[in-house]
Amino acid sequence: MSSQEKLSILSQAARAEIDHWLTKYPPEQKRSALLPALHIVQDENGGWLSPELIEGVAHYLGIPPVAAYEVATFYSMYDLQPVGRNKVKVCTSISCMLRGADELLAYMESHLGIKAGETTPDGRITLKKAECLAACGGAPAVMINRNYHENITPEKANELLDDLE
Amino acid sequence: MSITLNEICFRTLHQHEPWTLATYEQADGYQALKRILANKTPSQEIVEQLKVSSLRGRGGAGFPTGLKWSFISPSTPAPKYVVCNADEGEPGTFKDRDILRFNPHQLIEGMIIACYVVGATDAYIYIRGEFYEPIARVAAALEEAKAAGYLGENILGSGVTCRIHFHVGAGAYICGEETALLESLEGKQGKPRFKPPFPANFGLYGRPTTINNVETFASVPVILMKGGNWFLDLGKPNNGGYKVFSVSGHVNKPGNYEIPLGTPFSELLELAGGVWKGRKLKAVIPGGSSAPVIPGHMMMDLTMDYDCIAKAGSMLGSGAVIVMDDSTCMVKVLARNAEFYHDESCGQCTPCREGTGWVARVADRIEHGEGTERDLALMTQVAMAMVGRTICVLADSIALPVVSFMKYYREEFEYHVKHKRCP
Repeated sequence: MSSQEKLSILSQAARAEIDHWLTKYPPEQKRSALLPALHIVQDENGGWLSPELIEGVAHYLGIPPVAAYEVATFYSMYDLQPVGRNKVKVCTSISCMLRGADELLAYMESHLGIKAGETTPDGRITLKKAECLAACGGAPAVMINRNYHENITPEKANELLDDLE
Repeated sequence: MSITLNEICFRTLHQHEPWTLATYEQADGYQALKRILANKTPSQEIVEQLKVSSLRGRGGAGFPTGLKWSFISPSTPAPKYVVCNADEGEPGTFKDRDILRFNPHQLIEGMIIACYVVGATDAYIYIRGEFYEPIARVAAALEEAKAAGYLGENILGSGVTCRIHFHVGAGAYICGEETALLESLEGKQGKPRFKPPFPANFGLYGRPTTINNVETFASVPVILMKGGNWFLDLGKPNNGGYKVFSVSGHVNKPGNYEIPLGTPFSELLELAGGVWKGRKLKAVIPGGSSAPVIPGHMMMDLTMDYDCIAKAGSMLGSGAVIVMDDSTCMVKVLARNAEFYHDESCGQCTPCREGTGWVARVADRIEHGEGTERDLALMTQVAMAMVGRTICVLADSIALPVVSFMKYYREEFEYHVKHKRCP
């Protein structure tokens, strides 16, 4: 890819948003905007990062592509494969486990007909296990896209899942 | 019961929209800052009050805040930074999320005061990426504070410049370790740094940096308004003030309870509605998943403060109290925690990367009835082989719990090996 092509893979809107983040850091520390920039680009791309997008972000921030790859592969919120239209994450860490998270996850798996880590065939939902969401007071807790849902029973899970487009 | 709840970080919790500037100002918000700026209070005086208060770091390590703030002074060459660790993620802990959501201005005021004390012009709040709602609250509060003249250049006409920016993580427990957090804020993998040098000498971008937990910063304005001695007297010597305890697990009313340090555990348990379903208390993890477990009957004799819990062989940590009833399989609890630490190991130190995996696999096979006699010794042996041999304490965070589970619940592990199921 040419320099121009690498840049043009990022939308105008994404670049503007990254520019806003860049105002927070010293001018010589553009790399600090990497995590936010990957979030922005992932959100715009239906929830996942392609190698081309990761490289595009690296190029935009003036850092080696490998510096962006190693970050994209390190953090759990970045998806490197296509995902469903909705991400559903069930916390299975200790406090949620003590209040029925395993049973909840098993219920959701059977309701959706997929295992954790998989996407429904219609591309509607990607189901995942999550490590502690810091919502242990409302265990079991589930994160759906950007929102937390607490004290989730199978009945409530039903409603939440059925409401997803 | 005579405990008054919520005196510090949650003191405005009962009010309408406590997260707004208007509500915070009505509760004497930003008064401590105004007084400092008007009087040009010397940094040394502020540090002294914090030392008197005996405020200790609320993120888990319990390091004295006054001492930490004395490491960098206004005369330390710039640039230097103040950083807030809002990467809450230790299983059992959910207090910072509520402070961020319900009292962001008190955190901001505490951070501005920290910037004043060390002479920093820029500060960052590193918030975990999943916290969309708290991030929005903090972002709005920063805008409000800026518009009101508390942030920016020449704040309140004092000549002091203070800018606070929020930054987002992307899902990695290890970024709660302060040097991993700084790496992450620099746009890198969250891998802890060798220490020394400590952040006070070599922090963000290699510059002197003061880094504290959300609850620590948010405690500061109230301490400075009411005095170090007032705060100290709320708790007990060396364990000053109130602390938020996140109570989760098998209780009737899980939630955050801000109570005096030194409160008997039995009273905290009562506040949380007691053990659920009429069952008996079996065990408690008193300070987040990395704290060694304590049997229930021992716990009932302890008070909730750093020194008492440490004396009992565990730690107060972040104040996350995980309660387990008498139906709990302790093998499963340990296995689940081991899985967490294995998942979250950053991988740079071999003893941790490999050791957490061994502990997780051995615990898992014991839980599922596939363990052998030898596995019981193996698990402890692998755990102990990690301790003190890594850059950060993530490995210790599962190793020491392993030892405690084997000390108090060894017969359950043996039963699993022998009978292939729970007792």
